[in-house]
Amino acid sequence: MTPQTMNITLVVNGQHHSLDVAVHHSLLDVLRNDLDLTGTKECCAEGECGACTVRMDEKAVNACLVLAVEADGRDITTIEGLATEDHLSPVQQAFLEEGAVQCGFCIPGMVMSAAYLLEHNDAPTEEEIREALSGNLCRCAGYKRIVRAVQRAAEAGR
Amino acid sequence: MTTGNVGRPAGRIGGLDRVTGRQRYVADLRLDDALHVKLVTLPCARARIVDIDTSKAWEVPGVRTIFTAADLPDPMPRYGVHYDDRPVLAVGETKFHGEPVAAVAADTLDAAQRAAALVQVQYEELPPVLDVRAALDPAAPLVVDPVLRPDDPLASTNIRREFRYAWGDVDTATADLVIENTYTFPMVTHFAIEPHGFVVAADESGVTVWSSIQHPYILQRVMARVLGLPLSRVRVIAPDPGGAFGGKGYPKFEPLLAYMAMATGRPCRLVLTLEETFQAVRRNNAEVRIRTGFDSDGTIRFQDIEADFLMGAYVDISARVISKSSHLAAGPYRVPNARILARALHSHTPPSTAMRGFGTPQFSWALEQQMDEAARRLDMDRLEIRLRNLARKGEEFIPGDTPADGDWFESVRRAADAIGWGEPLPDGRGRGLAVGIKSSATAGAAYSILRFLYDGSVFVLVGTSDMGQGARTILTQIVSDELGVPPEAVNVVMGDTAAAPFDYSTSASRSTVFMGGSVMRGCAELKDQVREMAARLRGCEPEEIEIDRGVVTFPGGEQKGIVEVVQEGLGAVGGELIAVGLMRGEADPNHPIGGRPWFYEFNCTAVELEVDRRTGEVLIHKHVTVADVGKAINPQHVESQDEGAAIMGLGHTLMEHLVLDEHGRIVNLGALDYRIPTTKDMPLELESIIVENGDGPGPHGAKGVGEGGLLCVAAAVASAVTDATGVVIRDLPLTPERIWRAINEVTPSEVSP
Repeated sequence: MTPQTMNITLVVNGQHHSLDVAVHHSLLDVLRNDLDLTGTKECCAEGECGACTVRMDEKAVNACLVLAVEADGRDITTIEGLATEDHLSPVQQAFLEEGAVQCGFCIPGMVMSAAYLLEHNDAPTEEEIREALSGNLCRCAGYKRIVRAVQRAAEAGR
Repeated sequence: MTTGNVGRPAGRIGGLDRVTGRQRYVADLRLDDALHVKLVTLPCARARIVDIDTSKAWEVPGVRTIFTAADLPDPMPRYGVHYDDRPVLAVGETKFHGEPVAAVAADTLDAAQRAAALVQVQYEELPPVLDVRAALDPAAPLVVDPVLRPDDPLASTNIRREFRYAWGDVDTATADLVIENTYTFPMVTHFAIEPHGFVVAADESGVTVWSSIQHPYILQRVMARVLGLPLSRVRVIAPDPGGAFGGKGYPKFEPLLAYMAMATGRPCRLVLTLEETFQAVRRNNAEVRIRTGFDSDGTIRFQDIEADFLMGAYVDISARVISKSSHLAAGPYRVPNARILARALHSHTPPSTAMRGFGTPQFSWALEQQMDEAARRLDMDRLEIRLRNLARKGEEFIPGDTPADGDWFESVRRAADAIGWGEPLPDGRGRGLAVGIKSSATAGAAYSILRFLYDGSVFVLVGTSDMGQGARTILTQIVSDELGVPPEAVNVVMGDTAAAPFDYSTSASRSTVFMGGSVMRGCAELKDQVREMAARLRGCEPEEIEIDRGVVTFPGGEQKGIVEVVQEGLGAVGGELIAVGLMRGEADPNHPIGGRPWFYEFNCTAVELEVDRRTGEVLIHKHVTVADVGKAINPQHVESQDEGAAIMGLGHTLMEHLVLDEHGRIVNLGALDYRIPTTKDMPLELESIIVENGDGPGPHGAKGVGEGGLLCVAAAVASAVTDATGVVIRDLPLTPERIWRAINEVTPSEVSP
């Protein structure tokens, strides 16, 4: 028995891909294993930890909860696509400046969630930031500095 | 020339790779030709393995090998850090839920998973030992076959070790007030966001192991021993772990993968799921019975402490966790008479290991609540009773051990001031304050190699791991200052036993002191070499040359940069200067825990919180954590570590608890049901205060840091809950349900006026 596959097309960080993917594989599997975009992390694989947060069209999603075939034709942005060649995104820059990074494993997902928040709310309150990031677990628990980094990025972006 | 990197909040080295997703953790490594491994486990803790049929599994295309105990040497190889008790695969009987009985290696993870599901195991479930009471029951089944414990008088029990310490005489000590209680500390898990990952490749020259391990040199030793290879044939590559907290200290499935790699001739890769990670290791749960005698003025007369730690199926490092933490069970107080008994118990539960605090939080939870109860009964202030008993700096508060090495009063006073101790509170609020103490490393060895290259850049080779605490940054700051080269020119290379020399471990908050000291000595050695070189060039004596932060001063006052001098000295042929740094602390066989701690981690935590009496929910308005660190080499890193430890402490205080069913299975297995603090569980205000008196044994007077902020969180919060509601709770976690029940069944005798 070989797994059933389907051909899908994805735009990932601006690049077009045509891929044969197993129908049971998640978008996370495809990003990490087929495209070697390992910046998106796998932890709980059940949509609770947020380590695999990516942008799919207009939404931030847990890539572990999206089947790759569901992503057919979608535009995906991962952590690797957030910075340009010369510039970090304001969120990435602020995370560095505020010392919000410790072990770093949650950080790609955290940065993606924060970037999504700021796109929709350029002046979030502390409570709104806490709410927006509550689906991203950080066991180093750098939350205080992460929240500050988002505030700083918001200020920089205004 | 640069000045003064030490003491500055220098940005994290590796931060850029982490915010851009470029940092490669073990699961991100891609090896050509690697096989994917899936473990086969049973749906219960303890079972007799009757038969394993792999025929259906072999039919899955892409399967390359299927291992059961029969495929491994007989007798089954066993391994561990202090006890070689853990089998490579379960043999005869499983000892905990999650212990593999077989493993499949296949070309793809899909194939490995499908085949693993087709391995048919006939087994007979047996009654498990799951808690302290069961483990101590003389009629209980034995977790460890006595045959495996030869010459061990306790072999016919589930007690692995008993640790006893005493001073003074508890039996004859008198007291005006005696308080006796039992406290329980739950089974919790590390939950690093990076699950454990391993890859092992084997060929005729030896094995190479990639592992998310904190202590690559311990893994190397264990692998060499179990496989019968010289150390030089075992290379451990340890990429920066994605969080560890003690859970990634010791070998797990690396030996199994080595046998599978040798059998197939291909690298074998196993990345655990989060659920499997939960089943791999956890913190020791404990029951602490404590009887404390006080004088009527609150002075402690005696501590009589008995603690049972449930280690689980295998010892891992737990015996050390228990022996070391129990030696400090009476806390940072002046205690004239003490008797301590701590037992390390086996059970059919996942093995326990080190976890931030290393056994100390279990004792602090009990001890600090005793202090509160004494204050209530004696009508004293909770701060006052602590200050009355706290050891003064320099005082030998445990006979024969390291004296109090900090001004702990200062820490307590600063915490009290920051929380507004004694000031009026709104209705429904309470304040709490507690102290915690942990012994640092008692022995160890940290070697470093420093290579001063021709252009003035420096390789620093160390076996330390950077798992988020920032060791790479700290070492860079130290070297940069010592040699007067910019931080960008310093390249700290870690995580490869073929490149970096021996480091005992990255544990016990030791790295700043041990490895920091080691690179300081390496720098001193390099400067000696430069002095000799300069003396040779100028025809003077090395003692006449001064070097300060990269500036070389010759007799007569001429100054040159260190790079210029080295280049002149190395001449046209070029080359480099190489120095070895070494910091060793020998074990002391006559000391009850194998040596005096190099320093103590002392913490005072104070909180102000609000309890919703209708729901039992706790809202922490302010959380203050004070660390006595000697010297903050990097204040931002110190604060980050302390804040993180504080919040991790709030996890076991308010929500975390692994729940087992009657089969010994973890019911709340995974992130959905096992909750850790999120942004929404943070205190509304979190303040980290650093006390710096330069009184540590590390570089610039530093002590270690990183665990302290967690040690006494539970007691501080419980103290505040009692202050707010009048109820006393002696079991963790303080879930809303537990608090609500306590409020509604409150007995007035337990309540202060």
